[in-house]
Amino acid sequence: MSTLPAPNAAATQATWADVNRDVIRTIGMPGEKYFAWMCLVALTLACGVAAWTWQIWVGIGAAGKRTPQMWAMYITTFVFWIGIGHAGTLISAVLYLFRARWRTSIYRGAEAMTVFAVMTAGLFPLIHAGRMWFAYWLMPYPNQRYLWPNFKSPLVWDVFAISTYLTISVVFFIVGLVPDIAALRDNATGIKRKIYAVLSLGWEGSDHQWRHYRRGYGLLAALATPLVLSVHSVVSFDFAMALVPGWHSTLFAPFFVDGAIFSGFAMVLVLILPMRYLFNWYPYITDRHLDAMAKLTLVTSLILTYFYTCEVFTAWYSGDHFERASVFAKASKQYAWAYWGMYFCNCLVPLVLLIRKARTNVVTLYVVSIFVLIGMWLERFNIIVPGLAHDFYPYTWGTYYPTVTDSAIIVGSFAWFFILFLGFIRVMPSLSIVEVKEVLPHPLKHAASHGGHP
Amino acid sequence: MATASVLGVFAHVDTTLQAIRDLRAKGFSDLTVYTPIPVEEIEHEVEKVRPLSAVRLFTLVGALTGTATGFFITIWTSLKWELVTGGKAPVSIPPFVIIAFELTILLGGLASALAILILGRLPRLKPSPTYDPRFSVDRFGVAVACPDDRIDAVQAVLSTAGAEEVRR
Repeated sequence: MSTLPAPNAAATQATWADVNRDVIRTIGMPGEKYFAWMCLVALTLACGVAAWTWQIWVGIGAAGKRTPQMWAMYITTFVFWIGIGHAGTLISAVLYLFRARWRTSIYRGAEAMTVFAVMTAGLFPLIHAGRMWFAYWLMPYPNQRYLWPNFKSPLVWDVFAISTYLTISVVFFIVGLVPDIAALRDNATGIKRKIYAVLSLGWEGSDHQWRHYRRGYGLLAALATPLVLSVHSVVSFDFAMALVPGWHSTLFAPFFVDGAIFSGFAMVLVLILPMRYLFNWYPYITDRHLDAMAKLTLVTSLILTYFYTCEVFTAWYSGDHFERASVFAKASKQYAWAYWGMYFCNCLVPLVLLIRKARTNVVTLYVVSIFVLIGMWLERFNIIVPGLAHDFYPYTWGTYYPTVTDSAIIVGSFAWFFILFLGFIRVMPSLSIVEVKEVLPHPLKHAASHGGHP
Repeated sequence: MATASVLGVFAHVDTTLQAIRDLRAKGFSDLTVYTPIPVEEIEHEVEKVRPLSAVRLFTLVGALTGTATGFFITIWTSLKWELVTGGKAPVSIPPFVIIAFELTILLGGLASALAILILGRLPRLKPSPTYDPRFSVDRFGVAVACPDDRIDAVQAVLSTAGAEEVRR
């Protein structure tokens, strides 16, 4: 793992034709190992589905929900997955607008991750609501007495924010895929060619198509940028608008957005590093890319540490008895392990990335990313479960005990995510053919007359 | 007069650019340029004679429709039953801004995607006769529509500019 090619190997080696070849060879009949992984994931998913079925059969009590712990692990995991879904659009929209060229090699994988993570998150309100056959009640339409949903409720904002985010992420993802699918079509034969031909919408890369495409893509990026920042802010309002001590804070919106980006980047690393190894994408995902992602992870970690400190400070400085008691209970009562575990995973472990060598070391990066994912799940757990465990009056205090049912559903949600992702990388280009070519040197006959392309 | 189309296949950005300039200078303006990726220099040359793409108009109309819908639906439904919830007046704008914002982005984004399809004439059911599968790998194409009697002239321009292959 230490024999990595030089950081700018891509600039000297790969040609445009190499890109097509290297991406196309990842698609097609996979090996036995792939099927073994798929079976394992499918089996885990089946356990999750069985648990959900059981929960629907016997009722939501199967998930260990007792007052005051009505949100418990489902909403924890819901917020966790929404957070994971942040890095993709951040990389594809925000970094696109800032013209960060290193994004090109990772953005397709990150975008796929976003779409699948939001699809996973979207299951949780249904699971959590119990009677999921009434899920359509979430939609804004009047009931038989012409009573509409309460648009002043953060839960209704959430429905709008999440469904907009899912729709726009999917649109952005598909728009980006179209020219790449055309490249697959031109290489395929038989029935595959027909399928790809339909999916590519007959894309030909003519100047007429590109001019509208480029404009539209830029505008989509411009619209998605504020959306990225707004979605997790709105999710944070689910908490911040309530009066529960530890939740009622103006800090929550930026705190959630930063945490989301932090965990999203960790997930990108968890997915991209094995892909780089398995697909042999060393010329495209170089040390420079790893370094850039590690730096972003480090920066978001430091900002998060600042927010954690702020949270404790404001609780103390407010002089509010309940705020102080809430923080004290989190740090020293039955959930103290989650509180200190969160500090360890999110604040201490990423500090390793301050060392330059650690930022390009694959093993270190992977381990740090796993810790970050655990830490970010613990953070959401810390907000929700200990928050509700210790609010205003001792008689409403209560401890939550997980059950086999809800734990199985949560493990199943990871399986659902990975089954989507594993399926995707075998049928679609998980490295953007078009965008990777953009950062390679353009073919010129008279290089000198042009002064070279950056 | 009958028209024909001539295609020149190029391997380089600069030769493609040269061909476009030469063809324009000779008075051929009905060009289709195929590129594997959007290339800024070529785009700049081709866009010189065209108005700006109208995608942004779609986006603007979509986004404004979203804003209007967001405010309309929230205000109108609040006025149907004037209930005080959360200690706020039935019509209280700050919470409604969130709904309006989300719908602005939603409809603006969908309109932009629709514009790419409508203006780019997608989906395209049949491949155009001048398209070549190499154009999605690493070759550039310049297709010229011209009257039958000027085919030779076009072929000459394309070859001189440095085309790898010229065909009708």
